Amino acid sequence: MTATTHIPSRVGVFGSFWRDANAVQKAAALIGVTLVLMAVLAQAIAPYDPLQQSLISRLRPPQGFERHKPGFLLGTDELGRDVLSRSLFGLQLTLGLALAGACLGLLIGGTLGLLAGLRRGWAEDVTMAAVDLQIAVPFTLLALLILALFGTSLTVMVCVLGIAGWEQYARIVRAEVRKITELPFIEAARASGGGQRYVALTHVLPNIVSPLVVQFTLSFSNIVILESTLSFLGLGVQPPTATLGTMVGYGRDYMPTAPWLVIAPAALIVLITFSVQILGDWLRDRADVRLRVR
Amino acid sequence: MTLYVLRTLAKMALTLLTIITLVFFAARLSGSPLDTFLGDGLTEEDRALMIEYFGLERSVWHQYIAYLRGILDGNFGLSFMERRPVAEIVAERIGPSLQLLGSAIALTLAVSVPLGVVAALWRDSWVGSAVMALAFTGYAVPNFVIATFMVLIFAFVLNWLPVVGNGTALHFIMPTIAMSGVLIAALTRFTRNAMLDVLGQDFMRTARAKGLPETVVILKHGLRNAGVTVLSVLGLQIAGMAAAGNVVIEAIFSWPGIGELLVSAAIIRDYPVLQFGVIAVAFAVVTINALTDIAYVIADPRIRMAKG
Repeated sequence: MTATTHIPSRVGVFGSFWRDANAVQKAAALIGVTLVLMAVLAQAIAPYDPLQQSLISRLRPPQGFERHKPGFLLGTDELGRDVLSRSLFGLQLTLGLALAGACLGLLIGGTLGLLAGLRRGWAEDVTMAAVDLQIAVPFTLLALLILALFGTSLTVMVCVLGIAGWEQYARIVRAEVRKITELPFIEAARASGGGQRYVALTHVLPNIVSPLVVQFTLSFSNIVILESTLSFLGLGVQPPTATLGTMVGYGRDYMPTAPWLVIAPAALIVLITFSVQILGDWLRDRADVRLRVR
Repeated sequence: MTLYVLRTLAKMALTLLTIITLVFFAARLSGSPLDTFLGDGLTEEDRALMIEYFGLERSVWHQYIAYLRGILDGNFGLSFMERRPVAEIVAERIGPSLQLLGSAIALTLAVSVPLGVVAALWRDSWVGSAVMALAFTGYAVPNFVIATFMVLIFAFVLNWLPVVGNGTALHFIMPTIAMSGVLIAALTRFTRNAMLDVLGQDFMRTARAKGLPETVVILKHGLRNAGVTVLSVLGLQIAGMAAAGNVVIEAIFSWPGIGELLVSAAIIRDYPVLQFGVIAVAFAVVTINALTDIAYVIADPRIRMAKG
């Protein structure tokens, strides 16, 4: 909306982003980076094996509470496993699954949207019909059906998460492509003999990167929520492997006596969704693209 | 106009047929439903009996046609688990689901419309920022987390509210609030944006110039016009979000509704129940969308003229 336009140099992109951020956005960025580091380094920083059981020290509370077990900072779960280590590995799996799902959605939706925008005709009709169809069925229900049919493996989960977001990418890419192909430089590229694929990849694609990055960030937190919800319901990755949602789901059974089983993973989920949403809104304001947020 | 309505209805029918077809063939794609559902512990005679019982001996196309024909007669097959008609099982569940949905939508409207108006009127002050921060929180916190912590605090620590079932009015409090969280967040944003659009219109200035009191200007001229947009959003977007939220919240609070039914059907792989659930919810969402489309055209003469 402002009259000034930013043309950041390649070196100064992050610097200028950081300068323009307010305190909340800076905090969100720091939390996001910390979470990613925790997830990536889980193997190195987790104090214990997340699957190591110890039946004599079951359901011990976190440090500082009565009956706690020294060395187990966030306490132990119903099988005596270290909650901190499990949370770190759960975070790793949650973020990994969400990243894979979001990339798959981007790939499917981006390709179909690009085809629909460039080819028009039946390719566009079929894609948009599929988009309408996807909107008609609430995705949580579709996910229940898919998971019941094909079982719950990591692969199926990534596919479910990928299908969850593709239609938003398809809509955005198609709209952006249609807008861009009206511009003279595309006509110039075609007139100078550029083939369909050449024009699509070298002239159209680079110009829709910024709305795609924004959409990726915004949909990432939705995907984290979807994955956590399905795992929470017991339809996600099966034990003993656990994502944060699985931990909340299982911890619920012990909540009256051992609320720490739920609090640690739930807090991590909320930290992820908060920081990612704030970063997404911030990127959107920076990119100043009008995205329709569901 | 008539043409537009007919076209909307035809599109709706086509969408539903496609969904039914996809759902049917997806179920057959993963192999014989008997193998996945019952596993190895089945004798040959039992298997033959089951195949006959569920009509699985004919070709997939026969089954598809039979399924479609059944749907026209209101027959959606038999539940693997309970061995009785799916439609009968679902019919028992609709009441509790609608009650919960109704109270969640009522709470959503009661909270988010005033909040949205306030956020629009005091856009630049701390009040507007506070409301938007609240809406943001509702958007970012998954509803199962809200529900879990409410249960922890109000049921286990304070011992105020019951957790399981839908017996009394007290049972409604936690599921309704947990389900409304994300809906309130979404509708507050939409109401605020719709109000901001309306506040800048010429007729608002005219109303003020006529000397009408500010409350009348805001409520009668402002909110009534923004209300059209808000209601269409409620129809188009909230329906889907509510249906999804329903599943999670009902499962958490063991609410005897459709959502809880579908989650347990997914866990024990009772396909006929799941199929019907997805089709029924798709039917509801598609119908609401089509009705909203048509109502929108009837309400707004500019669109009515344009679409003929």
